[in-house]
Amino acid sequence: MSDLKQKSIDLATQEALKTAQDENIKTSWDRLELQQPQCGFGQLGVCCTVCNMGPCRIDPFGEGAQLGVCGANADTIAARNLARKIAAGASAHSDHGRDVAHTLSLLCEGHAHDYDILDVEKLKAIAQEFNIDINKPKEQIAKELSAKLLGEFGKQEGQLVFIKRAPKKRQQVWKKLNITPRGIDREVVELLHTTTMGVDNDYKNIINTGMRCALSDGWGGSMIATDLQDAILGGPQPVRGKVNLGVIKENQVNIVVHGHEPILSEMAVKAAQDPELLKLAKKAGAEGINLAGICCTANEVLMRHGIAVAGNFLQQELAIVTGAVEVMMVDVQCLMPALQEVAACFHTKLVTTSSKARFPGVLHVEFEANKAYEVAKEIIRLGVENFANRNKERVNIPKHEMDLVAGFTKEVVFQILGGRYRATYKPLNEAIISGRLRGLAGVVGCNNPKQTHDYFHTALVKELIKNDVLVLQTGCSAIACAKQGLLIPEAAKEYAGKGLQEICEAVGIPPVLHLGSCVDNSRILTAASCIIEEGGLGQDLCDIPAAGAAPEWMSEKAITIGFYFVASGVYTVFGASPFATLGSKNLTDYLTKGLEEVVGGRFEFCDDPLKMAKLMIAHIDNKRKALNLKPVMYYGRETGQ
Amino acid sequence: MKQLYYDVKKCLGCKSCEIACALAHSVSCELFSALKEEVLSLPRKKVFASADKNYPVSCRHCQEPKCVDACMAAALVFDKETGMVTHDKDRCVGCWMCVMVCPYSAIRPNLKTKLPLRCDKCKDKEEPACVKACPTGAILWQEVSEDITYGARSAK
Repeated sequence: MSDLKQKSIDLATQEALKTAQDENIKTSWDRLELQQPQCGFGQLGVCCTVCNMGPCRIDPFGEGAQLGVCGANADTIAARNLARKIAAGASAHSDHGRDVAHTLSLLCEGHAHDYDILDVEKLKAIAQEFNIDINKPKEQIAKELSAKLLGEFGKQEGQLVFIKRAPKKRQQVWKKLNITPRGIDREVVELLHTTTMGVDNDYKNIINTGMRCALSDGWGGSMIATDLQDAILGGPQPVRGKVNLGVIKENQVNIVVHGHEPILSEMAVKAAQDPELLKLAKKAGAEGINLAGICCTANEVLMRHGIAVAGNFLQQELAIVTGAVEVMMVDVQCLMPALQEVAACFHTKLVTTSSKARFPGVLHVEFEANKAYEVAKEIIRLGVENFANRNKERVNIPKHEMDLVAGFTKEVVFQILGGRYRATYKPLNEAIISGRLRGLAGVVGCNNPKQTHDYFHTALVKELIKNDVLVLQTGCSAIACAKQGLLIPEAAKEYAGKGLQEICEAVGIPPVLHLGSCVDNSRILTAASCIIEEGGLGQDLCDIPAAGAAPEWMSEKAITIGFYFVASGVYTVFGASPFATLGSKNLTDYLTKGLEEVVGGRFEFCDDPLKMAKLMIAHIDNKRKALNLKPVMYYGRETGQ
Repeated sequence: MKQLYYDVKKCLGCKSCEIACALAHSVSCELFSALKEEVLSLPRKKVFASADKNYPVSCRHCQEPKCVDACMAAALVFDKETGMVTHDKDRCVGCWMCVMVCPYSAIRPNLKTKLPLRCDKCKDKEEPACVKACPTGAILWQEVSEDITYGARSAK
């Protein structure tokens, strides 16, 4: 078995992997090894399984078949495959948004009494965007808004309402290209249609349609999820939390919540404090009930309640391997089927809650909004009752946990920069204009065992902040950097360049801001629009000195996010494994060069974090030049570099 | 005498050669029926990966075969006429010494049939099934050059 340090830079992960090794428990790293070599046709994107005349492969060496049976070439095949992934990613995010909108509608009908509208101001702000008169009781506003929001999913014509948030120039770019999203579900359907046998054969057109679908996610499904979650569950505020496997406590009942939708995890937070359950726990010999999260749902409850994060994507099996998890409750997305087998090696009960995500033979307790608290309580009770079954000899909790600060949203940035009465983006814009801040970077995305776990994220972010780039993060990437201590204000002194340090000290923020879950990437779009509106940094999103990166991506959702950022004018770099498009030189060139002329943004693929930082910084510097901004105030850190 | 050679620059790890090999040694020689046969035919070759290169591995029919030396039942024999190492399944006792000593890892145990799986160059066919099956032409079927030197053997 290869060196643990090669597998992850995170000490807790290394320790847990050693435990798994010793107990002969297989993890995703083991399964990756067994999968080698992975098929090159698949990796290059030139394997087509769309129709029954196939499956077809294009010979990338040019000697064998160059066309599928239908006549499709590598450009078409790779573009269609990529498009399907965009559609899948958009479906995941948008379906999440739909569930939130549906919850609001149930709330209005009195079928979701465990929820309330905690941020009425936010509700009203959204309602105004939908031209709803807010001089009414909140129940009425909510009712009209929920109908309008659900309507966004079924819209056939016109455009999604949140498109109006984007700068006018950007809206015009989309209109000219005919990629303004009309309706959330429609764009997914149309994109899938174009990828079926015998439809779109023009790779540039396929990408166009792909961009429209991605936009229906970023400015549609995801944005609805984020904003409505803020309205219902409360808008996040800066909050301190803890991250890594060490948050699992030996003397408490440990409940791990994993998946994506906070309509579930919020109830878990409440139920974990239920007095009846706490009494039961004490009776069982536990000091309390400890709730911890994995993946995006962890980020959601971290942002709003400071709940501890046990780990990111690649640590989901390892949380169970600690031997101290009584229940892992899951809803949707990023759930490894392997969880079932790992849980079976311990007393851990895996519980599914969504009819969309079932594991054969695993206990399923269907989560319904109209008995939300009851369901959460039932599941946590299972955990409390399971505490007695824990084998103390097999408990191996890596004693590593780190502090972090999370809870940054577009509203919070307004507030902390300008105070409650002069909420404004001016100080941020001025910091960039004056050169104290070089620019902004969004570093987001998943983990992938093909790369050293967490290494790329942290090496990239460290290099960016060293060069006075303020980094915005979401998802598993944020968790990775948090584990390495980058998300605390003290990190500015240790890692950031002088300019960024000054800002962090003045405002009291870390050099790396945690914006939330992966649907919260929409916060970046909204914030960027506010930056343009504030003025001084151009007129379109592509003018901002900023770049995006997904260094360790694995999910189709990451592809969709990449596309909606690129379509919104952002230079976006993907790490290690490029998209499966290298089998088509035309498509790869279009994505990494041609798209810039079309939408003002493009992709880049890079397999080294320091190189990636260089590329992003060079891009940011170019944007600064184009805006005729003063040169950057300080050059890197004052260590003589 | 022809031998199988592999161009590692061209192997994409698709494992079509493995499937074709298994089918060629099945009763029906057809994918969907072969999977239902009582004795499931397994591939005689395997694709391995090292660093960023992939390479299929099959029995080299060595002229000084270690497996023949190791075979306690004399089931494995080097046939000078055909230049191949042959296996007599009636003599084989399934001890797996051949598996252990093969320097190429070219022999695998079939635990169901208790017989070793090794390439027979599709001796009853015109050319090995894997050659045609390879979509990139990474598998070469060509004459062993007369002036053989141990070490570098360049395939054209």
